[in-house]
Amino acid sequence: MATEQQTGTGGGDDEQPLGLTVASGAVAAAVVVPLLWLVKTALEVGFAEALALVTRPTTVEVFLNSAVLVTLVTTACIGLGVPLAYLTVRTDLPFRRFWTVVVSLPLVIPSYIGAFAFVSAFGPRGAFQRLLAPFGVESLPEIYGLPGAVLVLTLYTYPYVFITTRAALKSMDTTLIDAARTLNHTRWESFKRVTVPQIRPAVAAGSLLTALYVLSDFGTPAIMKFDAFTRVIYVEFGTFGRDTATLLSLQLIAVTLLILTLESQIRGDERTTTGGRSGSPMPLGKWKYPALGFAALVATVALLVPLGILFTWLAQGVAATSGSLAFQPEYALNSVLVAAATAGAATLAGLPVAYLAARHPSRLSSVFERATYVGYAVPGVVLGLALVYFGSSYATPIYQTLYLLVFAYVIRFLPQAIGSLRASFLRVDPALPEAARTLGETPSGAFRHVTLPLVAPGLFGGAALVFLTTMKELPATLLLRPSGFSTLVTHIWTAYEQGYFGQAVVPAFILLFVSGLSMLVIITQEGYDVK
Amino acid sequence: MSNSTLSTTDRSNRTESTDSEADDADAGGVLELDGVSKSYGTESVITDLSLSVEEGEILTLLGPSGCGKTTTLRLIAGLDRPDGGEVRLNGNVVSGGGTFRAPEERGVGVVFQEFALFPHLTAAENIAFGLKDLDEAERDERVRDLLDLVGLETQGDSYPDELSGGQQQRVALARSLAPEPAILLLDEPFSNLDVDLRVQMREEVRRILKEAGVTAVSVTHDQEEAMSISDRVAVMNDGDLEQVGEPEQVFQHPESRFVAGFLGYAGFLPGRIAGGVVETELGSVARDQIHGLAPEYDDTDIDILVRPDDVSAHPCGDGGEGHGKVVGKRYLGPTILYEVELHGGDTLLCMHNHDETVPTDGCVEVTLDAGHELAWFPREQRPETGPYSD
Repeated sequence: MATEQQTGTGGGDDEQPLGLTVASGAVAAAVVVPLLWLVKTALEVGFAEALALVTRPTTVEVFLNSAVLVTLVTTACIGLGVPLAYLTVRTDLPFRRFWTVVVSLPLVIPSYIGAFAFVSAFGPRGAFQRLLAPFGVESLPEIYGLPGAVLVLTLYTYPYVFITTRAALKSMDTTLIDAARTLNHTRWESFKRVTVPQIRPAVAAGSLLTALYVLSDFGTPAIMKFDAFTRVIYVEFGTFGRDTATLLSLQLIAVTLLILTLESQIRGDERTTTGGRSGSPMPLGKWKYPALGFAALVATVALLVPLGILFTWLAQGVAATSGSLAFQPEYALNSVLVAAATAGAATLAGLPVAYLAARHPSRLSSVFERATYVGYAVPGVVLGLALVYFGSSYATPIYQTLYLLVFAYVIRFLPQAIGSLRASFLRVDPALPEAARTLGETPSGAFRHVTLPLVAPGLFGGAALVFLTTMKELPATLLLRPSGFSTLVTHIWTAYEQGYFGQAVVPAFILLFVSGLSMLVIITQEGYDVK
Repeated sequence: MSNSTLSTTDRSNRTESTDSEADDADAGGVLELDGVSKSYGTESVITDLSLSVEEGEILTLLGPSGCGKTTTLRLIAGLDRPDGGEVRLNGNVVSGGGTFRAPEERGVGVVFQEFALFPHLTAAENIAFGLKDLDEAERDERVRDLLDLVGLETQGDSYPDELSGGQQQRVALARSLAPEPAILLLDEPFSNLDVDLRVQMREEVRRILKEAGVTAVSVTHDQEEAMSISDRVAVMNDGDLEQVGEPEQVFQHPESRFVAGFLGYAGFLPGRIAGGVVETELGSVARDQIHGLAPEYDDTDIDILVRPDDVSAHPCGDGGEGHGKVVGKRYLGPTILYEVELHGGDTLLCMHNHDETVPTDGCVEVTLDAGHELAWFPREQRPETGPYSD
């Protein structure tokens, strides 16, 4: 018989690289550990006490408030995002490229800046009411509360649905629709029976992003004075209601997990195909002007209102303010510093996790990958809270330092880096590094010379995305910044709390500019196709 | 302007090295597989495979999809690790017996199925990728020579996505030849090309390989491709080697029904050996026309392998019963295949020129008229299912 030096029988020999697995596991553990402290803190609350806190009427009300908010916003986002995606991909809407860009732009505006602007525009004695006062308009419909929160969150999160749906529509094999048409289906029927099942996973993915964003958003409910989980947790924490804050945080995490489960149900089997030629676009006919009007209305409300308000403040002159509130260039520098550090750290931490998940799929690698998503699903307020507990009792050397802040950001936004990296790794034909090996490269040489250059766009795209979102992050920044450390975001928040809205104008403009710049990077690097 | 000493090794000279199967036992091959096995999970892909490849020859692993031929290639390249057995390159063990050499330490070249050209590098940079040990001038010269060899002198600065399928394949070939590998492996090298281009590239690839003088193992499921580019073919089925030999040898004297059916159309004519003849439905066939019919098979039932060009069908004479009736007709362009069901129930394919018509109703007589020895198989090996075709 042949030489018997068997390398383990039974299991496939797709050997899991040890170093990578360890690195990947370490990253996953680092993400999960702080949250375990939250659970531990919650367990220290007595059972009877906890039950009383969780079941008292205000807690139930907070839960219902959040549920209604998430449902309404997600529904509205699908209502805006899917039609806009269809219009810009499949129809002969004039200036489709222009609309694609314009309709994606609200993503650049942090929702709390939007909320801020809407409150100043439409609030009592706001800019809009003053404008209408000569016409005898005494008051506008109440903007505070649920309506305002739904409006603002919809306007600044529907691009998630729009972008994912657009990508699915673009990559979908249009000959499938031709096939349906030849099988005696009308356009509407073939849309329902062919297009919808094909884009459903993408719509679900976009809706998931929206729902998670809404659930975790702190700024908008706070500014709109709407008692969602995040606002109540922050308020309770500030007023030493530590136990309530902790228990509400755990509840919020439970709701988040529920949404994640729901999404995987809706997503269904991902049996989608890609490729195929793009057929001729659907003629809009008499619907052309209503369609244009729809796109224009969305863009106007989402973009022109906040910009209009900001320019009004700018015109009114913001220089005339008290010294302590004046904007310092240092704030911008601080923001860029922490965002860049986060982008770099998240990319480094994401590399082993993404590579392992893409190239050595196994139960373990997918557990690690999933674990890193925990930070993304956990709202910033909760994460901030968890790290405050963790930092103050177990990691005192880094508590109240920038390290802990960056660590929080990395936990929070790591999935953006990993998602982008993993997709890039998957796009690299496994035969390419193999070809490099047969041409004399070591495994690490093949990685450096072949794989890395090919994933570079995805790597930078992911880093830019992390940079962008870190710049805008509000709640964790508020909870974890070292005392005396101010960023663009915290400065805006101070201006809001003190009621000097005009003070927010410079940092708001800078944030918009930086966000727009990062978006541009993403568009060019990721090849986000606006044609 | 090819080098004449290299280009003379073309197909007409192949017959010089007859009986190469006998050489398999020698340990002098560039590449040797000895009892190699491989399974993924519980599924065994290759079991106890042994093969030897001689210096300078082109050997093709031929078999249906899933037969383990691509796995064999990956084991040779070191891209996968065998579960057992030994792989030797130029006499050195590269896997087995506790050693496993990484692909980059083996000196094998691979032309991947979808070419695997590095999309971020130009054609010239792709070719230069494996030439790390040369200085810049030498490297440039080598790249120029290879571009020349594959007929892409002017395409060096093009990126892969700017090249046609045939050009990409030439670059892939040049890239794998550049480091002068001990052996070149080609994984379904033509499957990614259009049909017209495929035929043209077969000739071209064979020319390039012979001009480079490289030992090559190729893998395909296309029997025509295997026959046209190879010095020897190795027919694989279900993780086993069925037969290894020169294309003509394997085609004319298949050692198994599988091989007979996999290479070209095959029909099986039942017969019984009776003294100096074999009695069949189509009449007696002289015993010496059957290849290697040993005496111990006297008075047994056999199946004679009949190719469509060995038989022809004609309308029955008046009142004659003939041998069977036409049950199918396939146009192949210049020729037509008639499917004739014999009275005994077996089917034969008869090839005719397109201008000869055979009536598709009524009985036909079938004439066996082969200018060569016929292969045969003992009847008891006949499988339950029908004969293989295509």
